[in-house]
Amino acid sequence: MKIVYTDVLVIGGGLAGLRTAVGVKQRGFDTIVLSLVPAKRSHSAAAQGGMQASLGNSTMGLGDNEDVHFEDTVKGSDWGCDQRVARMFTHVAPKAIRELAGWGVPWNRVKQGEREAVINAERVVITESAKAHGLITARDFGGTKKWRTCYTSDGTGHAMLFALGDQTIANGIPVMERMEALALIHEGGRCYGAVVRSLVTGELTAFLARATTIATGGYGRIYKVSTNAVICEGTGTAIALETGVAELGNMEAVQFHPTAIVPAGILTTEGCRGDGGILRDVNGHRFMPDYEPEKRELASRDVVSRRMTEHMRKGQGVKSPYGDHLWLDITVLGREHVHKNLREVTDICRYFLGIDPADSWIPVRPTQHYSMGGIRTDHRGESSTLKGLFACGEAACWDMHGFNRLGGNSVAETVVAGMIVAEFIADYCAAPESDINISTGLVRDFVEREQAGLDRLVSGGGSEQAGPIRQRMEEIMIDQVGIFRSGPELDRAVDELRDLLSRSRNLGVGSRAPGPNPELIAAYRLPKMLKLALCAAVGARERTESRGAHFREDFPQRNDRDWLKRSITTWPDAGTDLPKLDYEAIAVADMELPPGFRGYGTRNHIDHPDSAGRHAEIEKILQAVDPDDRHARQAALMPFDDLLPEKYRPRNQRLEAQA
Amino acid sequence: MSSETRAPGRTLTIKVLRHNPADPDNQPQWASFELEEYEGMTLFIALNEIRDRYAPDLQYDFVCRAGICGSCGMVVNGRPGLACRTLTSTLPSEISLAPLPLFKLIGDLSVDTGAWMRGMSERLETWVHEQTETDLHALEARMEPELAEDIYELDRCIECGCCIAACGTARMREDFVGAVGLNKIARFRLDPRDQRSDGDFYDLIGDDDGVFGCMSLLGCHDVCPKELPLQTQIAFLRRKMVTVS
Repeated sequence: MKIVYTDVLVIGGGLAGLRTAVGVKQRGFDTIVLSLVPAKRSHSAAAQGGMQASLGNSTMGLGDNEDVHFEDTVKGSDWGCDQRVARMFTHVAPKAIRELAGWGVPWNRVKQGEREAVINAERVVITESAKAHGLITARDFGGTKKWRTCYTSDGTGHAMLFALGDQTIANGIPVMERMEALALIHEGGRCYGAVVRSLVTGELTAFLARATTIATGGYGRIYKVSTNAVICEGTGTAIALETGVAELGNMEAVQFHPTAIVPAGILTTEGCRGDGGILRDVNGHRFMPDYEPEKRELASRDVVSRRMTEHMRKGQGVKSPYGDHLWLDITVLGREHVHKNLREVTDICRYFLGIDPADSWIPVRPTQHYSMGGIRTDHRGESSTLKGLFACGEAACWDMHGFNRLGGNSVAETVVAGMIVAEFIADYCAAPESDINISTGLVRDFVEREQAGLDRLVSGGGSEQAGPIRQRMEEIMIDQVGIFRSGPELDRAVDELRDLLSRSRNLGVGSRAPGPNPELIAAYRLPKMLKLALCAAVGARERTESRGAHFREDFPQRNDRDWLKRSITTWPDAGTDLPKLDYEAIAVADMELPPGFRGYGTRNHIDHPDSAGRHAEIEKILQAVDPDDRHARQAALMPFDDLLPEKYRPRNQRLEAQA
Repeated sequence: MSSETRAPGRTLTIKVLRHNPADPDNQPQWASFELEEYEGMTLFIALNEIRDRYAPDLQYDFVCRAGICGSCGMVVNGRPGLACRTLTSTLPSEISLAPLPLFKLIGDLSVDTGAWMRGMSERLETWVHEQTETDLHALEARMEPELAEDIYELDRCIECGCCIAACGTARMREDFVGAVGLNKIARFRLDPRDQRSDGDFYDLIGDDDGVFGCMSLLGCHDVCPKELPLQTQIAFLRRKMVTVS
C-alpha cells in the first residue's frame, strides 16, 4: 500500500486550489495539489469576462466601494447568502486583484481622455480622468450598480490561472496531474486525506494530510447541456457527501447562463452584454426592455435566463434543428471592439459557428453554468461537521452566492476564498489538534474498499452500462430540474433518479485495458453524479418557493416567511437511494441588509416576520453613527473584521477617498 | 469554417493511431472507425461517439471543448491542432488522428504535456521576478494601457504543445525550450514588473537549447492555435540576445 504524507492535501488544481496551496506554502506548510488534468487546463481558464472588485478607478465605477459590491451581491443572491461571508469577500476582492497584478496578470487599464462605449444600444462618450490613467479598469456586468468587472480582454480566467499556475511552480509546490480522489479517509468526525487513483496507471495511493481541501469546482455535467468543462462532474463534492458526515448546502441552486451558443453549449461571456450587446428574438426585436425596463439585458443571470425562456415559450424564439434559440447581437459594438475585447468570443463563433460576430448575430440560449451549491463550510472554509476537511471556490458553499451568483463574482471568489481559507488552514495545521493519529490499518481499509469497488465493476458480472444511465440522468436534470420547475415534474425526476441510482449499483465494465481504463472511469463516477443529481432534485422538490435561480412555477413567490433557510443534504446511509435533507435558518436579525426587492425581476415576495423589525432597528442604530463614516456605519450593523485573517483586515485604498 | 462546404450525408473514416503503453503486449497500430457525419460535428463529438460505440478504452484528452484550455492538441491529417474546435466539415472524409509527437505517450491520443511544460517553466522561471512585495491594500502600480494589451497578446499561450510538435529543432534537441518557452521569455521581458535584465534572460535562453537553437523553420508560427506572433517574437529575442552576448 502506497501512502504519501503531507500537511495540506489540495484536491483540485484550478484557481481556488492553487491559491490555497500557495497560501499554506507561504505559511511554511508542505502541500500537494492533485489535479485531474494539468492545472493550467482547469475550468477556471474558461472564465472569460472578468472579476469583480470595487476598485472604482474608471469613470463608470466612480463611487464604487465594498458597500455597493456587498449590496449587489446580496440582492443577486436573492437574500440567500451569508451576509458576513459576502462582506469578507467584497473586502478582500480588491486585495486579490492587486495581488494578481503583482504576479503579472495584464489587467486592462484606464486610458485617460474620451472613449466611445455602447450603453443601452446607443453610442456614448465616456471621459476618463488623467488621475486614473494606468490603473485597472472595469466593464459592466449584470446585476451591478457600478462598472466593476476587471478584465484582460475576454481571457480573464486564463490570465489569472496562468499567473497563479506559475506562482505555484515558483513556490515549488508539487502538482500531481491526472490524479483523481475516489474517497475521503475519515474517522470519528475527522478527515485525514483521500484515496487517490492515478489516471495514467490506474493505481491507488493513500494521501494522508493534516488538512484536506476540496477545490474541484461545480457539478454542471450532471446536466445534458452545460457551459462547464467536461471534467466538472462534481466528484469532489460527491466524495464529501459519501463520507455520510460532511454536509452539502443548497444543491438545488443551479445557475443557467443566458448566452451559450447553440448547439455546442459553449459560453459567450456576459461581457458581450456588459459591453453593450443586446438580445433579439425571431423578429429581430429587442425584447428584454419589455420585461426588465430598468436593467434590460443586464438584470441578474437568473432573471435574464427566465425572461428568455418565457419569451421563447411565447413562440418568439428562432426555430432550429437543435431547438429554439434567441440572438445575441454584438455587431452594435463595432468590429474593432469585438475583435479586440471579445477575442475568445470571436474565436468561438468562428470555429464553432462559422460566423464573425462583428457581422452576424450569435444563436444563444440559457444553459447550465454554475453550481451555487456545494460542500457546506463555515466562513473559514472548514466543513461544519467533518473536521480537517476544507473546501473553497465553486465546490464550496460558504455561502456567498446564495441562490444566484453575479457574473464576475466566481473567479473573484476562487482567489479570495483561496487567500482566506489558506490562512485558516495554516492556523489549523499549526495546532496539535491537526496531528494525524490514525492507524495504517484504517488507511488500508479505505484503500481496500475502493479497490474492491473497482474490481467489482470490472469482474462482478454487473449488467448495466454507464452510458445510457448517465444520458438519462442528464436529460432528467435539464428537462425537470432546470430553469422552470414544478412539483409533479420534480416528483417524477426524484423517482426516476432513484431508479437510476439503483441500476448504477449493478454496473459492469467490459474493458480490462490496463492503465486508466476510460470505461471504468465513467462507471465509478456515475453513482457519485447520480447522488448529486438526487440532492439537487430533492432539494428543489421540497423548496416550495422561488428564490434566485430556483424557480417553481407552482410557487412563484420568494417566501422569506417559510424559506429563508439553507438546504442541507447529507447521505448518512450508503445503502439508501435518497439523501437526508435538513435546513439551516438564515437569521434576519443578524442581517446588514434585510430582505427586500432586488430592483429587477418580479416584485413579489412574502415578507419574513422579522424583516420590518430589523429595518426599524437598523434605522435606529444608524441614527447614532456619523453619517459620513461608512465604515463605522457598517461596523455598527454587522461587524465582520474579526472574522477575517488579520493580514486581510486593513482598508482598501482608492483613488478618491470616499464617504 | 462554414459547414456549407461539407458534402451532405458523408460517411467519415477516422483512423486513430492507437497504443496503450500500460499494456506490455500492446503494439502501436492504426484503428479505423466509420461514422455518419452531421452538421456541426467536431472531432470532440466524433471521438466521443467512437468511444461510446466502438472503443470504450480509447484514450484522449478534452477539458473545455471550446478551444480555450489546450488539452486536445493532436496531429490531424498530419498537422498539429486543437481537436475540439476542428469541425469535421473542414476535413476530407478520411481523417487520420495521431498523438502529438515528442511528448510522453500516455495512451492513444493522450500525451503528457503537463510534465514537459512544468519542466520548461522551472528552467526558464516563467514567473514575474519582483524585488518588492505588492502592498495589497494600496493602489496598484500603474501601467500604460497599450503595454497591458501587448503583454496580454503574448500571455494568450495555452501551452497546448502544438508548436513543439511542429518544431524541427525539438526533434533534434530534447531540451529545446521551443516557441512556447521563447514566447514566455518575450512576455516576461516585456513586463516591467519582472525585474530581470537581458543578461538574466541570456543565461536562460542564450544557447542552442534556447533562442539560438531555432532554425527559423517556423512550423510553430503556422500551427499556433492562438495565432501568437511567434515569428517576430523569436526573431526579436534573437537580435536582443546577440547584443547581450
